[in-house]
Amino acid sequence: MTVLGIDIGSRSIEVVAMDQGKVVEKRQAPTTFNPVAQLLALLDGLDAGLAVATGYGRKLVQDLDLGFPVETITEIKAHGLGAHHLFPAGRTVLDIGGQDTKALSLLPSGRVGKFEMNDRCAAGTGKFLEYTAQIFQIPVRDFGAYALGGDKPPIINSMCTVFAETEATSLMAQGVRPENIALGLHLSIARRTANMLSRVGLVLPLIFVGGVAHNPCMRQLLSEQTGAVIGETLFIPEEPDMTGALGAALWGESLEAS
Amino acid sequence: MTQEAYREMWENLNLDIAAHDGLLGVLGKFYGDIYMSQKGRLQGMEYLDFVLSEVHGLRIKELQDAKAQGRKIIGTFCVFVPEELALAVDAVQVGLCAGADAGKEAAETLVPRNTCALIKSFIGFKLARLCPYTESCDLIVGETTCDGKKKAYEAFSEHAPMYVMEVPQTKTESARALWKAEVLRYMARLEELTGRKVTAEKLAEAIKTVNARRRALQRLNRLRAAVPAPISGRDVLLINQVSFYDDPIRFTASINTLCDQLEERITAGEGVAPKDAPRVMLSGCPMAVPNWKLPYVIESSGAVIVGEESCIGTRNTRDLTDESGQTLEEMIDALCERYMKIDCACFTPNAERLDNVETMAKDLKVDGVIQYALMFCQPYAHEGIKVEKRLTAGGVPSMSLETDYSMEDIEQLKTRVEAFLETVK
Repeated sequence: MTVLGIDIGSRSIEVVAMDQGKVVEKRQAPTTFNPVAQLLALLDGLDAGLAVATGYGRKLVQDLDLGFPVETITEIKAHGLGAHHLFPAGRTVLDIGGQDTKALSLLPSGRVGKFEMNDRCAAGTGKFLEYTAQIFQIPVRDFGAYALGGDKPPIINSMCTVFAETEATSLMAQGVRPENIALGLHLSIARRTANMLSRVGLVLPLIFVGGVAHNPCMRQLLSEQTGAVIGETLFIPEEPDMTGALGAALWGESLEAS
Repeated sequence: MTQEAYREMWENLNLDIAAHDGLLGVLGKFYGDIYMSQKGRLQGMEYLDFVLSEVHGLRIKELQDAKAQGRKIIGTFCVFVPEELALAVDAVQVGLCAGADAGKEAAETLVPRNTCALIKSFIGFKLARLCPYTESCDLIVGETTCDGKKKAYEAFSEHAPMYVMEVPQTKTESARALWKAEVLRYMARLEELTGRKVTAEKLAEAIKTVNARRRALQRLNRLRAAVPAPISGRDVLLINQVSFYDDPIRFTASINTLCDQLEERITAGEGVAPKDAPRVMLSGCPMAVPNWKLPYVIESSGAVIVGEESCIGTRNTRDLTDESGQTLEEMIDALCERYMKIDCACFTPNAERLDNVETMAKDLKVDGVIQYALMFCQPYAHEGIKVEKRLTAGGVPSMSLETDYSMEDIEQLKTRVEAFLETVK
């Protein structure tokens, strides 16, 4: 029987279909302001016996009449399960998504030990990068590569996204190279993130998941800040934004088995 | 009685009637969503539903009647203000409004923005003329349990008849001497206000009255520890909250009746939550009416709260006053002794709180502790770090949350609480 993992985040929706422990289908779409329509379009042609929903929209999925039962788990558990499945040796997970950053420690069994989550403010999340990339008129997907062109990052102190923009603008006015400002903005996230990781007791290997894990500059800075070596003690899935949906699907499989 | 019947009373108290109507509307809806929607509530809770529905009505009428008979109304914000002394001079002691986002903008003209929600709330309620309790008071007694409060009382005293007790910050001999001096100074102030003397006979009776209420709440806390939990944490929190403003004798009788029903329920093996529901203890800052946000989030996530290590919880009921004193002096000493056992985070050091939290978590067989701090509450935020270390060392999972009275972080809170429950089960 096919089991679906559905992750409705603030920026994107991911669906992973599993059958007998194997991923048979992966789909993704932006959340937009109509997540239900986006989800229904994503589910088109997919049949399942059970779905597990996670992310901010998990309750939304449960309230839809999809023709099969829908269980929910939090994105913290989902990312823990997904990350552990992909990299069983990993001991700490970092998920930087659209509006949330989460750090969690994994017990050797793969269960979540301690976790931390950013509160209220979107500082240090994908939203922060999206917002600041606009100052440079660069698409957010190219922002990391652009920032890697910097070599002397100024320290950006503002934790607030809007004030960070003000700070970046005033640095521009002082004649600081834009690539360096971009690097400085990335560095401010990497520092915050490293702090959050230390609060859950960072043990390597570290698994970096969520959409921001696509960003090459964040990967490099995170490696520098934590001492984790990419490919050895810092693992990044090929499709980091699918981890939550994968974890949800895995949970569905375990429910089915029990 | 209808709200119309109270309008004149509220007008006489100089409340902002339109804003107050709005507040009661919100409170009623909130109460309905959080309390009336619960399944399997005990009959005894009807008393609390009634008290809550009349929180700004009948109870205020009673206060006005008491005033008409020459009794004085004493308002307080803290478990350090000894109710025994107020009762001994035939005064009525009530807790004041401090649990909702009311008059925040006005409050921020008197205290800094980065002040905890509780302080902003009591000031806001006063400035916006929304709290019939505050408006009924002949004296409002503050205490120096944190910097935020003590500075706020300075500003508040320009708007209300304020009296401040100095609560010491250590438990040394000199601190105990200071506390006794403060208790005596407060007693003199009460005697001056009421024109009555505190006698050994009156104080003995008052000590018994307040102890009886503490015993009823202790009994409730013992009973709720049963598996499955026979009563929701939300309901017990409400009971603790109501204990601050209802008549103590009536309240004690009602809670004992409720406890009888709880015993029947326990014998029948009935619970409000399934046997295997995660058992959670709340620890930290007090939660004044209608601050029910976090308990609601926790219990609607499938857990049941089996203990509150809080001033609106066990910190207020754990210790009794010794009743064996014969002379006024002995009774005052017994009172001082009892109040100095309070393990408020304002004390340094405050090692007994760590012991109490750990013991309570183990006795209640909790699956986890959720530490609650009001944003900008330094003392509890500091102790949160220590408490977490102690609990972790003792093998008890815990999580710390900082929040206020607004609803903007409710989805975040739900995710954190659900994730925490996933890790403990």
